[in-house]
Amino acid sequence: MTRQKLVVIGAGMASGRVLEHLTDAAPDAFDITLFNAEPRGNYNRIMLSPVLSGEKTWADIVTHDEDWYAARQITTRFGEHVVKIDRAAKCVIGQNGAVPYDKLLIATGSAPFIIPVQGRDLPGVITYRDLDDTNAMIAAAGQGGRAVVIGGGLLGLEAAAGLKERGMDVTVLHLMGHLMERQLDEAAGYLLRKDLEARGITVMTRASTAAILGEGRVEGVLLEDKTMLEADLVVMAVGIRPETRLAREARIEVARGIEVTAQMQTQSDPDIFAVGECVEFDGHLFGLVAPLYDQAKVVARGLIGAPDAFVVRDTATKLKVTGCDLFSAGDFAEGPGREDIVYRDPARGIYKRLVIEGDRLVGCVMYGDTADGSWFFGLIKDETDIEDMRETLIFGPAFQGGAGADPLSAVAALPPEAEICGCNGICKGTITAAIDAGASDLGALRQKTKASASCGTCTGLVEQLLQVALGDGFEAPTAQPICGCTDHSHEDVRRLIKSMPLKSQEAVWQELGWTTRNGCHVCRPAINFYLLADWPLDYRDDPQSRFINERKHANIQKDGTFSVVPRMWGGLTNPRELRAIADAAEKYDVPTVKVTGGQRIDLLGVKSEDLPHIWADLNKAGLVSGHAYSKGLRTVKTCVGTDHCRFGTQDSTGLGIRLEQTLWGSWTPHKVKLAVSGCPRNCAEATCKDVGIVCVDSGYQIGVGGAAGMDLKETERLASVPTEAEAIEITVAFVQLYRETARYLDRPYKWLAKVGLDWVKARVVDDLEERRRLIDAFELSQSLYRKDPWAEHAATRADSYAPLADLTLEAAE
Amino acid sequence: MSWIDIGSLDDIPLRGARLVKTAVGCIAIFRTAEAELFAASNACPHKGGPLSDGIVHGTRVTCPLHNWVFDLETGEALGEDARVATFPVRVEAGRVLLDATAIARRSAA
Repeated sequence: MTRQKLVVIGAGMASGRVLEHLTDAAPDAFDITLFNAEPRGNYNRIMLSPVLSGEKTWADIVTHDEDWYAARQITTRFGEHVVKIDRAAKCVIGQNGAVPYDKLLIATGSAPFIIPVQGRDLPGVITYRDLDDTNAMIAAAGQGGRAVVIGGGLLGLEAAAGLKERGMDVTVLHLMGHLMERQLDEAAGYLLRKDLEARGITVMTRASTAAILGEGRVEGVLLEDKTMLEADLVVMAVGIRPETRLAREARIEVARGIEVTAQMQTQSDPDIFAVGECVEFDGHLFGLVAPLYDQAKVVARGLIGAPDAFVVRDTATKLKVTGCDLFSAGDFAEGPGREDIVYRDPARGIYKRLVIEGDRLVGCVMYGDTADGSWFFGLIKDETDIEDMRETLIFGPAFQGGAGADPLSAVAALPPEAEICGCNGICKGTITAAIDAGASDLGALRQKTKASASCGTCTGLVEQLLQVALGDGFEAPTAQPICGCTDHSHEDVRRLIKSMPLKSQEAVWQELGWTTRNGCHVCRPAINFYLLADWPLDYRDDPQSRFINERKHANIQKDGTFSVVPRMWGGLTNPRELRAIADAAEKYDVPTVKVTGGQRIDLLGVKSEDLPHIWADLNKAGLVSGHAYSKGLRTVKTCVGTDHCRFGTQDSTGLGIRLEQTLWGSWTPHKVKLAVSGCPRNCAEATCKDVGIVCVDSGYQIGVGGAAGMDLKETERLASVPTEAEAIEITVAFVQLYRETARYLDRPYKWLAKVGLDWVKARVVDDLEERRRLIDAFELSQSLYRKDPWAEHAATRADSYAPLADLTLEAAE
Repeated sequence: MSWIDIGSLDDIPLRGARLVKTAVGCIAIFRTAEAELFAASNACPHKGGPLSDGIVHGTRVTCPLHNWVFDLETGEALGEDARVATFPVRVEAGRVLLDATAIARRSAA
């Protein structure tokens, strides 16, 4: 019997597996010629990462060596590019001559996607796809220096870890909000980032590359936000696309990949098969090895005349970076009708999330402990009915019927040097030592260490330490948790954000064992505030964690419209501003114009989509946001003081304006209202404000903690000072201390009732060093927040205030 | 089903929402995760609050007016005997697609 001629283009893992099946099942059926553009045969491409990191060598990962090909009489043409497929003549034309075929297998794999930016061709910019790329990276790493990896997916992170292992300074740039967003959710992405950062890799998310810079060779990467990163090596690992050029030119059907039937034959030519990353089947592309091996089996059976059919199955992902233990499988993101089961163990850095649809497990993401991954993957693939084990499913096969996460684990995991009591500078180690020495209740601990003996906000944490150390021997009075997402109180969370430290919402949810995916409407605004107050430079405000008023910088009204209140510094205005307000009211059909209690003008009933435009108009007259909607500085109410009043003792209007200009734009736990009266007749009603200053002949009386809302309360005297400058300093320090230590949604009077006026006085008035620190901290934060949000939104986000689409006409057609 | 392209996924903030005007009233499109969308009637059945202005958490949204919480998968209000209508929506190649027939059918009824 004459042998048929089989030509294979591409010696990758998929075609290698085809050849194994084929030569095992029918060793004499074909004369085989194997082309490969790379000057070598089939090797385990998945293991390039361990080669890069130095854990394996090239010899370790060769799958088929010369002897293997020789034993099977396969003619190899390695290092030779195929120029063309001539379907009419049924031959493949290589650089060194043509080879006729009876059957042809296209296995051209994929090519790395190159982002189209300036400088992408510079020497020193490489992709990560084959052994040559790996060797280029190893050579570059030998010189040391800085590497920038563009792309925080599987391949990019493996490249980053390998380069770091070889001694380079590595930065990963990722376009999306968290790493590996296609395989991981935010929580697992956060843990991965943390692990990578712990090994010295810098990770930048939402980082969009604008250009690669350099003369003669790569010198740096410029981001869209104008950040410049120095680089001696740039690795582009943003994705791959099927390599289909030969097929396309031979006029074989190509969509995104070469379109194949379930038998892996091309659509119009049953003698031509395709396999691997170059194919598209039923709308799917393939990048992981498991489905490729399934395809290989189908191809081999088709070639020997025993057709089979390829079916798409779920695949699981694991990252091959030593020490980063993650697993994801199935579909965990898209589609309604699904339920989540979330488990977090902050102490051990573990996160698990199962996605259930009906009575089936459909997706699974795990980080830190992936031991049960294959069991979950089995449940997904087999579509097992999990209804009966739903309650205990997340604990895995070995653990049916266990308890939930331990709320004490976050505290137990703190290092001894973590500060628990900020007032007295007491670390965890000091407290545990005191417990070991016999202090067995809160009173004894306070006496011995002073922990929680001042403002008291860390009491919950100190009690938890007692509980960790003494177990059942200590019964803590239970503090009210923030919401149903956590067992921690506001005070605990604030303290832990500082001492652990935690600098993102993902970090808080994970490290403190949140039981929900991403919080709720109660905890999200609180955590967002705590993070931006404690880490002004590290944390970026999250508008989606803000109540609508603060997100849209206007107050929502009962009919869904908004109100607009421009700032009138100290309650002063002028004809030009009033004209602009009148014009705006007419132009945007504002139904109600009202004078507020805070000495300014409220335009009520403005439509959402009009907001950016009315703001732009008001901006032109010099008017800015009055923050009438914010948990922040509202107004500084003043009287006319010495300017006109015959009783005025000081320039109360001027002081009011200067205070407002210092404090405006800052976020606070709740709203803050100030007033300055020019004499004790108190026309500005300063004695019921959060901070109220009454001017007298000898200077300024500063009162704090007034209220005139649900509760009615007169201010208490914080200090009397001789100069205006000191009055401003003390006010600023007071507001900053309130920002740093109050619980979210406590007005100053409520906070004062908890910490005591004396405690505040000691820090703001008496301790000049602490006063300076508070003022500096406030100024640092204000360097970012003292600006008009209206101008910014009108200029850059106007679209987001309007509907995404108007289909009213479309549906009528 | 016939799908209408209503815009880019990037135009809807993560854990946020956008409004779409239709002949049957306003529909809110919620983005609960990188590639997870839900669509529901924008008006809260309690006092008509705009749900697209609510805080989105998990697969839920909280009405900005009086804190009613809705499960976006079913449209049901938590702890209240009320629900909002939900609509089929999906993402394809970074575009957001809304089911036209679901909107049209309601308008004919």
